[in-house]
Amino acid sequence: MTLHRAPWFWAWVAAFAAFLATWSMSAGGGGGAALAVAALTFGSFSVLTGLGQMLVITMGPGNTDLSIPATMTLAGTLSLKLMGGMDGGAVTVLAGLLSALLIGMGVGIANFALIRLLRIPPIIATLSASFLYQSLAIWSNRGLRIKPPPALAEFTTGRDLLGVPNLAWVALAISMGFWVLLNLSGFGRRVSAIGQNARAARLAGVPVARVSAATYVICAMMAALTGFLLACFSGGAALNMGAEFLLMSIAVTVIGGSSIAGGNSNVPGIWAGALFMYLIVSMLNSYGLGAGVRLLSTGVIIIAIVAVASGRKAKP
Amino acid sequence: MVSGDTEAGARAAPVVMLEGASKSFGALKAMDHVDLHVSPGESLGLVGHNGAGKSTLVNLITGLFAPSAGRVSYPGASDHRMAGIRAISQEGTLCPNLTVLENLQVVQRDLNGWGWRRVAARRIRTALDAVFPGHRIRPDMLVADMSLAESQMVEIAIGFAEGPIPARLVVLDEPTSSLDAQVSAQLLAHIRRFCAAGGAAIFISHMLGEVFAVADRIVVMRDGRIIADRPTSGFSRQGLVDAMGHVADDRNQPGPTAQARNLGDTVLRTPEGIEARRGEIVGLAGLAGHGQAEALARFYLSQGSDWRSTARPSAVFVAGDRRRDGVMPVWSIRRNLTLAALETLTRHGLIDRAAETAIGTDWQKRIGIRTPDMGNPILSLSGGNQQKVLFARALATSAPVVVMDDPMRGVDIGTKTEVYDMIRHEAAQGRTFLWYSTEMDEILNCDRVFVFRDGAISAELEGPRITEENILAASFEFGDAA
Amino acid sequence: MRLINPRLALPILSLAILIVAVFWLQPRAMSYVGINLLFNLAVPIALATVAQMIIIMVNDIDLSMGAFVSLVACITAAILPGNPALGVLMLLGCVLAYAALGALIEARQLPAIVVTLGMSFVWGGAAVLILPSPGGTSPVWLTAIMKAKPPLVPMAIIASLLIAGVAHLLIMRSAFGVRLRALGGNARAVSRAGRSTVRLRAMAYAVAGCFAVLAGMALVGLTTSGDANIALRYTLLSIAGVILGGGEFTGGRVSPIGAVIGALTLTLAGSFLSFLRLSPDWQIGAQGAILILVLAARLLVRQAEKRT
Repeated sequence: MTLHRAPWFWAWVAAFAAFLATWSMSAGGGGGAALAVAALTFGSFSVLTGLGQMLVITMGPGNTDLSIPATMTLAGTLSLKLMGGMDGGAVTVLAGLLSALLIGMGVGIANFALIRLLRIPPIIATLSASFLYQSLAIWSNRGLRIKPPPALAEFTTGRDLLGVPNLAWVALAISMGFWVLLNLSGFGRRVSAIGQNARAARLAGVPVARVSAATYVICAMMAALTGFLLACFSGGAALNMGAEFLLMSIAVTVIGGSSIAGGNSNVPGIWAGALFMYLIVSMLNSYGLGAGVRLLSTGVIIIAIVAVASGRKAKP
Repeated sequence: MVSGDTEAGARAAPVVMLEGASKSFGALKAMDHVDLHVSPGESLGLVGHNGAGKSTLVNLITGLFAPSAGRVSYPGASDHRMAGIRAISQEGTLCPNLTVLENLQVVQRDLNGWGWRRVAARRIRTALDAVFPGHRIRPDMLVADMSLAESQMVEIAIGFAEGPIPARLVVLDEPTSSLDAQVSAQLLAHIRRFCAAGGAAIFISHMLGEVFAVADRIVVMRDGRIIADRPTSGFSRQGLVDAMGHVADDRNQPGPTAQARNLGDTVLRTPEGIEARRGEIVGLAGLAGHGQAEALARFYLSQGSDWRSTARPSAVFVAGDRRRDGVMPVWSIRRNLTLAALETLTRHGLIDRAAETAIGTDWQKRIGIRTPDMGNPILSLSGGNQQKVLFARALATSAPVVVMDDPMRGVDIGTKTEVYDMIRHEAAQGRTFLWYSTEMDEILNCDRVFVFRDGAISAELEGPRITEENILAASFEFGDAA
Repeated sequence: MRLINPRLALPILSLAILIVAVFWLQPRAMSYVGINLLFNLAVPIALATVAQMIIIMVNDIDLSMGAFVSLVACITAAILPGNPALGVLMLLGCVLAYAALGALIEARQLPAIVVTLGMSFVWGGAAVLILPSPGGTSPVWLTAIMKAKPPLVPMAIIASLLIAGVAHLLIMRSAFGVRLRALGGNARAVSRAGRSTVRLRAMAYAVAGCFAVLAGMALVGLTTSGDANIALRYTLLSIAGVILGGGEFTGGRVSPIGAVIGALTLTLAGSFLSFLRLSPDWQIGAQGAILILVLAARLLVRQAEKRT
């Protein structure tokens, strides 16, 4: 496959162009390196949530997880609360991480139960459930902003290897894992089959229910992990910490070249999408444009890309 | 233009005329140089087996698509709608969330403004009373709450209802499939009245008694051509059945390989009564849409699971509607082929690429998939070759039972021959095939045949009794209309 | 004219139970002023619910309803009082944009979820541009309507009855409404009958847009100020109201009267929960729980029906 035909190629071109545009706009302050670091840091969070969302979206039309922000908040809040009561050593870190992942697993199972047992469309199921998760987070927060253990705070804000943020390394490692999962494993094949034609997949012996359950659980676990890391990075869990990640997770998936109709996932593209989105936003910021224009342009870009790239008049 | 008999009707200008009309779908020629005209007052019965071209003819007349060659014209009108052509199909053109009179509004453009409901109610009530006297359908009933029979009655009534453009030709495709005998009789009587008053009708049915009762002229189609077109009095029932088949050709010898194999014990038995022995090729025959595909799907789904996957499935499925049930359009040929055998190709969760390539290459040779590279996208293949891939997908598993949903429909003869050889070879090795086919030739080559009619098995044929006559006889209902 | 629809049984019952429960907890609410206070805010929610109902009726879902209503509120509060002509023009522009959205979704077969999710950012951004911080005032005539005090029956009830009536006539009784519902019921039959599905979907979205504009205006009339985030919770509330009122996600089966009853019920449920002194932490979660419970109840009823 020639390079410029790869689905993620144009996303990377766009990201690079955005980088140049923003760099030339930014007034001093460390120049390109600082911009790259910021892009990689914030992009990592988008990538992590985007990977999970991409997995769900790949399963076909109607599959979207709208509970990602609430799951992030819940996991971030509860895991930090747990760690706040411990000594701050290696066990604390492990406990926090495990608790976040377990919360993610629980959320994923709950989401899928609503979808499967109560036959609720995934969008409604995850949307309604997200309100419950949010309430749970609010209730357990009690207003105090608990700080993360210093070791985690340092790790998530640090750049110990080659000047690249640690978070980016983590996101990169996980991305590679997803790449292997989606492209080299039987599970990935089954997800893609279901996304292209769920009925044909079932007729070919694919265990549709089992695979669907797994994707929702993985997506929720990724959201929980992101919440955990974001809370440690920001010095505490805030109740609206996940707000922008709903649209962001969908956007980076679509911009990166995965098909919104399912069946086709693209891991490198997600990185390009994440970096592009961050750079666009910060470019708009550096133009001195307020939040209004930023929100508006973000929305317009998403819709334009979806309308052009993903729309289909007739299936050939 | 009111006429009391066919001759007088024929003098008036025809409602629709086909001149040399042909229709092809890709390589498939569904209709071949058909000349037909239907005049006011004529009641035309249209009969033929699967693939004869009946649906294509009807779709051309009702304007669903245009002919690939030749002409379809409506003397005195610009298109099918202005000509007063009404189509009543089995396809479900009602909106279940609307009431009966609201459904009328969807098709009739002049129902607008104040008091439209009264007008619509009157029209549909009149139509229902005219066609089905004694019915209990109210215009304000919701379609979703009605039985299948009632919604079919509504569709028929809408077809005959008074509207901005009067009905001049009504095309009915198996209209009595969901109606009981008494209601069917009412419909037939109405069609006769309608034609006596100057309307025209085309009537398709597998119930030959109905065709003889309602039609004054019968058209027999076969292989996309009209092979007989005469007044009803010129046909006998047996003669009609003979005309539909190839009795004149020498095709009713049982396949030579059918006797040569040793068949094993019974390996499956479905609730409908289908049975198969090990190594047997069992055919499901009968007119399309009489329950065969549903019986197959029920059996196959009962053998699998939504939650578990296995390396040793007990049954495997070959799709006929490859776009709906088979092909993964984004994938390569190789990936499509190995999908059902995925469980055997994974070691520790990862796919063994070498093994996968080996399977692809092996089956490419065995079944003859014409492509330079199995890594090419599957949509680069011709239809026939895509079908071969779906076959290979099933055969590449170890499943002892292969369920096939009319997979050779529309496939070229070269591909078919190759696949038939493959099937016979596999059967000789002990694989059992459950084969729903709408092609007489394929059915004639089975070891055992179950003929379906109206959702149930109407005949079970074995060995020398598998002949076209017997199958046609069992597919059509000879009984008199009530 | 069949007004009493068995599908209305659940919403009417839940509303009745809630009314009894609220009055039992808070007897002082059983007065003219009390009822008006309880159901005041139901009016804009009812309008937004009817708008969402129309979208759901054509087999889509609008996840940007809250942001759109907030935008309308900002325009109404910031522009309409000082510059009525411009304000009206902008509101009309909103409706047209909404209709264009419907046309785009149908013409390109796009998933409404992603498009409306993206639009929520567009509406949100526009709202922030028009009203960067909470403020503005309500046009005098608007407040006069919303805060009117007709004798005997509180304004909120009259308004709700009016909304239900108009929506019912428009969607369930008129020829136009039948065509829109047909689009949701069997789009193939509609295009086979020679009608343009793109035009129909655009019209459906246009009508929904009008109701959503009215919702934003009514909200400003009541709160007398605007805010870019004022109605964000309307998204889930409107969906829940439609479902509670007997509507279904696909198939075009909805009930305008049920939707308004659903909106009233949800508003009352909010008050009920605060009378119960439910911690505000759980107010948000309660909305989600209600929707899930309603859908679960629906499923159980349907399965029971199938068994008999």
